[in-house]
Formats: sequence, structure tokens, C-alpha cells
Amino acid sequence: MRPNIVDQVDTTFFIIAGISVFFLLLIGIIMVYFVIKYNKKRNPIPSNVTGNTKLEILWTVIPTLLALGMFFSGYAGFKNMRNAPEDSFTVKVIGRMWFWSFEYDNGKKSDTLYVPLSRPIKMEITSMDVNHSFYIPSFREKEDAIPGRKNYLWFQPTALGSYNIECAEYCGLNHSAMYSKVVVMPDKDFEKWYNTPNPVDSLNTQKKDSTLINK
Amino acid sequence: MNEVSYLKYEGKHNGLAGWLLSTDHKRIGVMYLAAMIVFFLTAVVFGLLMKFEMLTPGRTIMGPQTYNTLFTLHGVMMIFLFIIPGLPAIFGNFFLPIMLGAKDVAFPRINLLSWYFYIIGALMILASLLFGGGPIDTGWTFYVPYSLRTGTNVTFAVFAAFVLGFSSILTGLNFITTIHRMRAPGMNWFRMPLFAWGLYATAWIQLLATPILGITLLLIMLERIFGIGIFDPALGGDPLLYQHMFWIYSHPAVYIMILPAMGLVSEIIPTFSKKNIFGYGPIAMSSLAIAFVGYLVWGHHMFSTGISDTSRAIFSLLTFLVAIPSGVKVFNWVATLYKGSIDLRPPLLFVLIFIILFSIGGLTGLVLGSLNTDIHLTDTYFVVAHFHYVMFGGMGTLFFAALHYWFPKMFGKMYNEKIAAIGAWTFAIGFNVLYFPMFILGYLGMPRRYYDYLPEFRNLHVISTIGSWIMVTGIFIIVINLLKGFLKKEMITDINPWGGTTLEWTVPTPPPVENFDKIPVITRGPYERDEHK
Repeated sequence: MRPNIVDQVDTTFFIIAGISVFFLLLIGIIMVYFVIKYNKKRNPIPSNVTGNTKLEILWTVIPTLLALGMFFSGYAGFKNMRNAPEDSFTVKVIGRMWFWSFEYDNGKKSDTLYVPLSRPIKMEITSMDVNHSFYIPSFREKEDAIPGRKNYLWFQPTALGSYNIECAEYCGLNHSAMYSKVVVMPDKDFEKWYNTPNPVDSLNTQKKDSTLINK
Repeated sequence: MNEVSYLKYEGKHNGLAGWLLSTDHKRIGVMYLAAMIVFFLTAVVFGLLMKFEMLTPGRTIMGPQTYNTLFTLHGVMMIFLFIIPGLPAIFGNFFLPIMLGAKDVAFPRINLLSWYFYIIGALMILASLLFGGGPIDTGWTFYVPYSLRTGTNVTFAVFAAFVLGFSSILTGLNFITTIHRMRAPGMNWFRMPLFAWGLYATAWIQLLATPILGITLLLIMLERIFGIGIFDPALGGDPLLYQHMFWIYSHPAVYIMILPAMGLVSEIIPTFSKKNIFGYGPIAMSSLAIAFVGYLVWGHHMFSTGISDTSRAIFSLLTFLVAIPSGVKVFNWVATLYKGSIDLRPPLLFVLIFIILFSIGGLTGLVLGSLNTDIHLTDTYFVVAHFHYVMFGGMGTLFFAALHYWFPKMFGKMYNEKIAAIGAWTFAIGFNVLYFPMFILGYLGMPRRYYDYLPEFRNLHVISTIGSWIMVTGIFIIVINLLKGFLKKEMITDINPWGGTTLEWTVPTPPPVENFDKIPVITRGPYERDEHK
């Protein structure tokens, strides 16, 4: 079983955040301590300290090593993100101002992304007009939808339920209304839905007005 | 003639013409200051309106088109009219020649021309709101294909930014030449104040990177007018080519914004701790390192665009490396306080606030430089928070620091220091209440440039909006206090009110027209003091 993308993102985040909080406190506390301790009332005569080569090396080398560590943590997670399993279930997603549409291999179309729980899902992402970005915050992933390009991302559903899909790249008037949902279904229910031939399925109660392209 | 202060001097032209036609670097600096304060405060009001709109989901006071226009104008004005030109154009112009022991910059007339390019570009941005398709709604990044399709007045606004570019290029050219050719006798490179080092690194970026932006913007105009198909995929163009060209300039531009500010910190801390800077060499060299490596990291703005996985990894690695010289600077600044004799006056207070805000901004930048976390966080409020901490908490806070530091020298007047400190604290508290919740919003998945939001984000948005009111109160206190100081009748003549060691503290207050009666001969480093010997 491969590592979970969500866990990897959160782990990298907490590693970097932890190091960051440590340095922030270090800098903040030392700074305030110096300002109090070497206040002109307590310390009227300054000493002439102009530098220290050992310290300079120390605070160049340690941050460099930490930075390399952080880079590799992010890179390892990223490699996993980009390496979609061979047996992924592929769905095409097309961004338009201002809605998403999904197309399945058997020709089924939908404005909501229905997926089975047990398969890795690979999204092939493109756009018909301007740049959009296909973003599922709960899965910690996004990839831009760019006209003329086919981008991808993959994810492994881990729990039944529905999760928000958002547009993360500014695309004009109704950018902030460009939502859809991923619905993770039990495999059996998904099979049933997948093999029922109706042209467009929707859980969205609000019908999007597709004539709004370019105000 | 050199007895007269630059403020009172009467030459060929007097009154307003004496300012508008002056090639005196000090008057030009003050003219930039006047213009920039107006644009800065306007953009602050736009930001305030945006935050007010975010108080409730859906419509609060404006519709989506107005909101999209406001965030575009807020970004365009803050970046092109305030943050990029701010410190070099105002304080670089005013103080670089004096700090080097020169009578003016190398090309005084080109210097005045730069100011006119700036003003004309700025007025064109304002004019673009009034005709054509109306105010632009593309975001300050002008991303294609949207910027090619929108009916708003993009062509003219982009041309305005193109004109502004010339102001930046010429200022850079002027500063490089001035620093190379006009240092006083005895002032070798390592006796140069660190503010000059910051300006020097910046000037190279201005000179070498800005033309790329100029070309890119010109191509957008050509594409919109003639449909030539360089960027538009419908015509066979490549939208990612635009993003590459845009960020090849706009990422180094981030360092244009911050390097002079970092130079300023290296002036203020030694002055108020009465001692030499800690690590002059590492600080000077880290400026050059940042300027150089900063050219090579633009791809980190494009981690989710579908550029190759290998290039994403390389850009990520370089991004982590560029963080190190910034860290080295912060450590050296804090070490400068060690065994000093510290006088916590308003300029130093602003600098200490800067160190905290900039550290938060820089450290959260690591999260965005890392690949898998950036995929999650790019284009969310996390990024908005990050760059406001770096840019506004960085350059913005230091703009106030610079004003409070050099105000007495520039105008021969003094502001109320107690009120300045109250303003600084109010600003700092409001700043964190305003921007810190945005980190959390971003991690929870709130995308940026959203007019509307899901109800679960409401509380954090409300806190952030309240923060905006506190922060603007702080800015208001700061500005009114300085304005009151400026309008005071009594002049101060103390040439060195803070006990600084660089050359601007050896000339009269306010400085005379030609700065020095006799060009000084430099025999020691910029921060050495008699009391050390």
C-alpha cells in the first residue's frame, strides 16, 4: 500500500511548521532579551562586536541542512502525487466559465464527480476557455485546467462521502461560484450508476447558466 | 549658495516649477514621496473595502465585478506604484548620493525623467478606469487567456505598467552608475553603507529584469489589438509562456521590493544600538546572493500549472536555497543588538516589528516552496497571508521605519515619538489579526480572489476584517502624527538626532542643495564609532 497523499502533505506541513515555530521563537525571544538586557540604561557603553566567523558558518550550514531536509520531505510526497497507479480509473474533467463537467470512458457525462471507493482515480484536466484550477481541499490536491493542455492528478478515496471541488485559479465574474462535488460511493452503487445510461446526472440542485460565458 | 537648504533654494524656477523642474535628487525624492503616499493610501482604502465585503458570505456592500476590480486595482497600485518603486525612488534618491559623499546622482536629468515616467504611468492607470471597457478585472498578474478575453480596459492599463517600467529601469541605471562612479575618495566597496548595497543589488534587477516585463506586457497589447496568437491557445499560442515571462520579471521584483528594505534595517539597528553592524560582509554578500539566486526561482509560482515534474523539483530546491541568505541577514541583525546600548526609539521599534513579521512571512514561504504542500496551498488564502507578511510586513513596515528615521533630516521637523510608538503597536497588532487567520483559511481550503465563500469560513473572515480596522487605525495614527510634525512651525537644526554614523548625519538639517561644501574623505567603515576606540 502506498503512502496516503493527505497524510504526506500534512506531515510535511507539520515538519516545516514545527521548524518555523522553533526559529520564530528563537529569534523573537533572543531579540526581546537583547533589547531589555542591553538597554541603554542598563548598558550605557556599547561593546565593539563586529562579527564572528564561526557563528556565520553555523547559521549558514544548519539552515542549509534543514532546508534540504524540508525539500526532500516535500519532494517525496510530490513524487507520490505525480505517480498515478497503472490501474487508476480515469475521468476527464473540463473547466468552463463557471462550471466543471466530467466525462467517463464509457461516454457518461456528469456535472458531479462520482467515484468508487476502492479504485485510485486519475483526473485528466483541461479547460475550454480560460485558466481554471481543479482543487479538492480535502484531498490536498490541485492542478490547473489550462486550455490546450492536458494536466492530471490522482487520488485514492479513503472514505465514503462528498467533498468540495473548487476553482482555485481566478477566472472572472463567477470564479467564486465555480464549485462541484466529489461523491465517493460504495463500489456496487457506483457500478449501478456508471452503467445506467442517462446523459447528465446531477446532485447539484442549482442549475448553472452556461450562457453566462463572457459577460 | 551651499548655505541654503534644498527646501528653500531658489534658482531659475521658483515655487511649484522649482520642484517640478528640479533635478536635485532630494527634491525628486520628496516628489516621489508625495505621490506615493497618495497612491498607497488609495490602495489601502481599496483593501479596506475588500475586507468589508468579506464580512459576510455573498453580497455585503458590492457585487462580484466590483470586488474583482478592487482586488486588481489594490494589487496593481500597491505593487507597481508603491512597493516596487517605494524605497529606492524615495529614500534611495534622497539619501544614496549623500551616503556616498556625492553631490547628486550620476544622471540628474534622467532622474527627473524617471519621475515623469512614474507619474504618467500612474495617471494612465487611473485614466484606464474611466474609459474603454471600464476598470480592469484580471488580477495584478494579467494572466492570459482571461486578460485577452475580458472586455475591460486591459490594453491601456497594461500600457501604463509598461511606461512605469521605464521609470524603474532608468532609476536602476542611475543608481548603478552612481555607486560605481561617485563614491567619495576613500570609500571602497566595503566602506559603503549597507543601504547602498541593498540599492545596488536591487538596481541590477531593475535594469535586467524589468525589460522582460515590458516585452511581455507589449505582447499582451499586440495580442489584444491584432490577435497575433502568441499566448492565446485558440490561435495556437501558449498560456504558460505568458506565466513564465511574467514571473521571470515578477519574482525578482519581489527582491526589488525587499532588498533596499533589508539595507535599511542594517542602517537603523547599528544607529540605535550604538555599535557596529554584526557581519557586514555576510550581510552585503547575502544581498547579492539573493539578487542572483532570485532570478532562478520563478517556476515556484507555477507548481500547479503542469510544468514538468523535474523542473518543479529544481525550482523547489532553488527556492529553499534562496531562503538561506535571508536567514543569514536576520541572524546578523539580531546579533547586532548583542552588547549594544539600545535606545528603543520609533524607527527601531518599526524594525523590530519588521523582524517578527518578516520572519513569519519568510518561514511560511518554506511551506510554499515545498512541492507537495504548495500543491495544496497555492492559490489559497495561505499565499495571500504569506505575501502580505513578506511584502507589507516587510517593505511596508520598513517604509514607516524609513520615514521615522529620516524624517528629521529630510524636513528639519520632528514628530511626536510617543504617538509614533502607539501607532506602530496598533499597526502591528492589527496586522496580525488581519493576516494571521488567512493562513488557517488557506489550509482549510479557502481559494484566493473569491468574492463569495462557504459559511464555515465565516468566523475567520470576520476576525480578519476586524483586524483590518485595527491596522488601518494604526496607519491613520502614524500618518496624522507625521503630518502634524511636518506642519509644525519650529525647525530642528540638530544634524544628528539619533547618533547615526553614516554621511547623511554629517550634513546640515535639512541638507543644503549640493549636500557637501567639501567632498569628505572616507577613512573608516560606515558604522565605526569613536567611542569604540
